[in-house]
Amino acid sequence: MSDQALPITPATARGLLAGIPGVAFILLAMIVVFQIGNPRFLSAVNLANIGLQASLLMMLALPMTLVILTSGLDLSVGALIGLAAVIIAALLVAGLSIFTALAVAAGAGLVVGLLNGFMISTFGLPAFVVTLGTMGLCEGLALALTNGEPIGGFTPAVEAFYRSAVLGVPTPVLVAVAFYALLSLVLYRTRFGIYIIAIGGNKDAVHLSGVRADLVHMAVYVVCSVSVALSAVLLLGRANSAHPTVAIGMEFEAIAAVVLGGTSFEKGQGGLFGTVLGVLAITVLRNGLNLLSVDPSLQVVCVGLLLIAALLIDRNRKRVVTRIAE
Amino acid sequence: MTTTQASLLPAPPTVPIPMLVRLAMIVVICLALSFTSPAFATIDNGLNLLRQASLLFLVASGLTLVIIGGGLDLSIGANLTLCACLSASAIKYTGQPMAGVAVSLVGGTLVGLTNGLLINRLKIPPFLATFGMLWVAQGIAYWFMAGQVIYGFSPAFRFFGSGFWLGVPVPIWVMLAVGAGCLAFLTRTTVGREIYIMGANEAAASLSGIPIARRRMLLYALSGFAAGLSALIYVARLNAAEPGIGEPLLLPAIAAVLVGGTSLFGGSGSILGTLLGAIILTLIVAALNLLNVGSAWHPFVTGAIVLLAMLGDAFAARGTRR
Repeated sequence: MSDQALPITPATARGLLAGIPGVAFILLAMIVVFQIGNPRFLSAVNLANIGLQASLLMMLALPMTLVILTSGLDLSVGALIGLAAVIIAALLVAGLSIFTALAVAAGAGLVVGLLNGFMISTFGLPAFVVTLGTMGLCEGLALALTNGEPIGGFTPAVEAFYRSAVLGVPTPVLVAVAFYALLSLVLYRTRFGIYIIAIGGNKDAVHLSGVRADLVHMAVYVVCSVSVALSAVLLLGRANSAHPTVAIGMEFEAIAAVVLGGTSFEKGQGGLFGTVLGVLAITVLRNGLNLLSVDPSLQVVCVGLLLIAALLIDRNRKRVVTRIAE
Repeated sequence: MTTTQASLLPAPPTVPIPMLVRLAMIVVICLALSFTSPAFATIDNGLNLLRQASLLFLVASGLTLVIIGGGLDLSIGANLTLCACLSASAIKYTGQPMAGVAVSLVGGTLVGLTNGLLINRLKIPPFLATFGMLWVAQGIAYWFMAGQVIYGFSPAFRFFGSGFWLGVPVPIWVMLAVGAGCLAFLTRTTVGREIYIMGANEAAASLSGIPIARRRMLLYALSGFAAGLSALIYVARLNAAEPGIGEPLLLPAIAAVLVGGTSLFGGSGSILGTLLGAIILTLIVAALNLLNVGSAWHPFVTGAIVLLAMLGDAFAARGTRR
């Protein structure tokens, strides 16, 4: 190691290692273990499959990152995507165009986002209980609209879109990548993004420096809800039917992915790239456990254990990083 | 020393006016319902409604303690599910109702202690730790039951849920006992008063020598114990256990606590309020049923109640803080 071109001092090594969330190591370890357990794990077919599975979770976890950066939380995304799927499916069955259906779903997302944002930003109410309430609203509406029955029999174009590919890459993966690029641009290259991170640090300071912090704070919830409502198309394409409560629980995986990626609920720390790693870790875990035919209920338990493991690693990171570097 | 320490503690809540408002709400709803349906204002129906309220109150009682202490327990519903499934299976396997009681109470408490440990050791916010626990407990319950329903218990065990003592259903007695216990704990013990200080200002509580981590463990353990106890009553009442029973209880339990006037900001609230909140929520569900509103609307209505109760809480907080 001594004859390397770049002199790596303990300080730079520490900096490089500290920039990587703990989940990256877990992800790498999981890939190795699953590849040994099943040689087809890293095949092109399975990789495309992982990408497809990750794309929907990515659409929920990326905007959730913005919410968590503001020290908030959105528990309503799972119920909302279910409601939006029901709305889109019902309108398509009624003979309306996909654009009208999407517009109505986005409108529903807008209402939910405004409600969340208003109560959290203007009244300073705890986000996790406000969004639990709106989760109840969305779940109840979806159940009442459908009488608890799934809606199917809409245009096959939705599934065709989900199954299509451009240059061998599944379209949903491209959608997720484009969404990642867009949100990165917003978060790291615009004032709005800077304000989001600043609100997580100190909302009062942002407000006192002349920024409408309450509106920025509210907008974060609107962005989250609207993009989640639009992502319902991917959910519809995957299942080819709209079940009112099938997506409840997705909010857990989305939040888990963000926290795995190293975004914390305090002081606006973290970022979108970590969330991508978190999403990949969860998807790889579930895919690998599927190949080992582990019960889906136990897979959820494993996601919880993965979360604890990553939090433990990140908590002890400073010590570990220092030890490696020295 | 005891006198100076006592003066630091906030005075026990002696203002019953908000409670009177809630009592008035109950009376108004009851009057309205007895006008719409003649079958409503009977002793049988009253006891039946109180028995339903008692289940909700038991789940919400532990949550009330946790929220007063400045925390939150989102895992109570899933904890109840897990305890119900494990205890039902223990009863079936051993044939001893007491085995089920032990499994449920110990299991619920252990889940609660794990919550406390996660919050204390990993330094993660309570809602995150207990939200993760929700899905872990739920997942274990679904895996454990593998699509089965356990049903048909001995009359000795079902007595806890559907028996009568002195003409009053047993769950109502349990509700009264737990309520009295919580009331005595919160208002008559030093630890109970410390929990109010901890919820109002954790840093100040820590500086004044209150062992925050240990009190937190106690609160989450009590919340888990309450979930285990509710699981027993629930299984004994339904005469069945399956992994879908607990999760729909989380939102109503939070609604009962909020309607009861316990603040989500911590440091204020009462167990009596939660009791009245549970009764109000049960009456609202009864009213929805009388009005032929489908059960699909229940999550919507409960969600709306949570949001409205929070707005009320926020306005009350604005009034006192400024």
